[in-house]
Amino acid sequence: MSAQTAPLTEEGRFRSLFDFYTTMVRTAIAAQLQYRVAQYFYMLGMIAEPVIYLVVWSTIARQHGGAVNGITAGQFAAYYIVWTLVRNMNIVFGAPFWEWRIREGRLAGDLLRPLNILHYDLAFFAGWKFVVVGLWIPIAIGLSAVFHPDLHPSALEIVVFIVAIWGAYFVRTMFQATIGMLNFWTTRGAAIFDLYMATEMLLSGRLVPLRLMPGWVQTLADFLPFKWTFGFPIESLVANMSTRSLLLGLGAQVMWTAIGYVLFRFAWRAAIKRFSAVGA
Amino acid sequence: MSEQSPIVHVRELTKIFKVPEREPGLRAAAKSLVRRKTRDVRAVDAISFDIGSGEVVGFLGPNGAGKTTTLKMLSGLLYPTGGEAHVLGHVPSRREREYLRRMTMVMGNRNQLQWDLPALDSFELNRAIYRLRRDDYLAMRDELIDLLDVGDLVRKPVRNLSLGERMKVEIVGSLLHRPQVLFLDEPTIGLDVTMQKRIRSFVAEYNRRHGATVLLTSHYMADVEALCKRVIVIHHGRLLFDGALASLADEFAAYKTIGVVLENGAAPLDAYGEVIHRDGDRVTLRVPKVETSRVAARLLSELQVLDLTIEEPPIEDVIELVFAQSR
Repeated sequence: MSAQTAPLTEEGRFRSLFDFYTTMVRTAIAAQLQYRVAQYFYMLGMIAEPVIYLVVWSTIARQHGGAVNGITAGQFAAYYIVWTLVRNMNIVFGAPFWEWRIREGRLAGDLLRPLNILHYDLAFFAGWKFVVVGLWIPIAIGLSAVFHPDLHPSALEIVVFIVAIWGAYFVRTMFQATIGMLNFWTTRGAAIFDLYMATEMLLSGRLVPLRLMPGWVQTLADFLPFKWTFGFPIESLVANMSTRSLLLGLGAQVMWTAIGYVLFRFAWRAAIKRFSAVGA
Repeated sequence: MSEQSPIVHVRELTKIFKVPEREPGLRAAAKSLVRRKTRDVRAVDAISFDIGSGEVVGFLGPNGAGKTTTLKMLSGLLYPTGGEAHVLGHVPSRREREYLRRMTMVMGNRNQLQWDLPALDSFELNRAIYRLRRDDYLAMRDELIDLLDVGDLVRKPVRNLSLGERMKVEIVGSLLHRPQVLFLDEPTIGLDVTMQKRIRSFVAEYNRRHGATVLLTSHYMADVEALCKRVIVIHHGRLLFDGALASLADEFAAYKTIGVVLENGAAPLDAYGEVIHRDGDRVTLRVPKVETSRVAARLLSELQVLDLTIEEPPIEDVIELVFAQSR
């Protein structure tokens, strides 16, 4: 037996975090590229939902003299084509997958690593997005050729949109992770998750642009996190929002990310004490 | 932490799981809606031990004895219900970054590598996670690849590797940060004999080179005999034995075996002890430990003995005796 060797030297914190994110993004891209065809079929399957909404609302708009509540068929087309990108961007490590992570023993492995588990999820899905956005471009071109979107964003709106889709990703990650903590208390967390998803559908602008909802619903949506993960990023590009509204929207995303993170930390500390790691 | 402090210090460590329980049938199902019944299962029951720097200790017990639960508490995966544990001066359940960088836990049959990518990609990711300097990482990676002889495996997608090959690259991935404490939970499970030997010799070499402290569970006694001078035996969560492997038989086995080669193999030997094996002229007898010398002397004086050996019983049999005595 030899004397115990010293642990290896550690690189600086911020440089290492940046290094981790770039390495993880590269790893996620490489992993996703293993299944290019499957990815494409996934994308094609995913656009079914917005295309249905788009066809329905375009038909209603035409039947109402070209617009519904001032939204024209071309604006509906713009909304739902941008929707497809936002939807891809706000896909995160969802709450139900926490059950898989616990059951399959993946969580035990993740816990052994000296890294906040959220970094791992954020970095992996960020890498995944580079692949799906690449696959999205031809789909968006095809949808535009068919539905003729009315879209004329300014430079500021484009910049805000690019920031907002990442903001949506952060907000959704925090809240999905927090809901995912339920899996430490119950194996039937899916019921609560379904309720959360139904609320998100209605109050986020995913099902219907919020401008078409009653006033009280729009007001309620302003004070909940859902809108900032769907409606706001889409409308920042398609709805000619004022500069003040754009900046307030980004501020709301920062606020909800912070709130979500605090809730996650609180839930995580309690959850991890309950972790039984049985069979893992 | 002083020089003399144990690397692993465990006192009265306890883990109790609350397990839901109900009778079968509709009535019981309805009752459980209002009042859930749970039962406390003491997976680990107030065990205490210390492990010094550089020791390789075998942690033995039948399935459900509490071995893995103990390892999980020591690695910070589980919160203890009671007692205390310190590893490298850290409280594992706090899961401090500094602690996680200095230990590893390898679980047999558990894959933590990226399934669809070559292992080298996962190693690179571990480099970033453990914040290793590139030159340190490359040196350590190459050393481990060389020791486990996996140079031609690390470029294949992990999903295309056999179980044994995957275990070897899994071990490389787990040790890239050069941990000082290794918790190895059945690292050779399901592997063929050659692969088991390879992993055993690797663990011994890693311990020799880096002075790492190793706590190992295994159902293969060959692992324990090859690596561990000391064993800790637990059963039903309670510690039954903590000491040298060599003294385990002294303490628990009430018999020894005498192997004799006779000129006349057909000679009756029942009067000397219990005949447990006969193969031509070779006979193996089981005799009470206290009578071993006397029986051996009688055999030599009364029969035409060509060869005689006295051995401790196989370690598997001793372990079985330990468990049987604890029931």
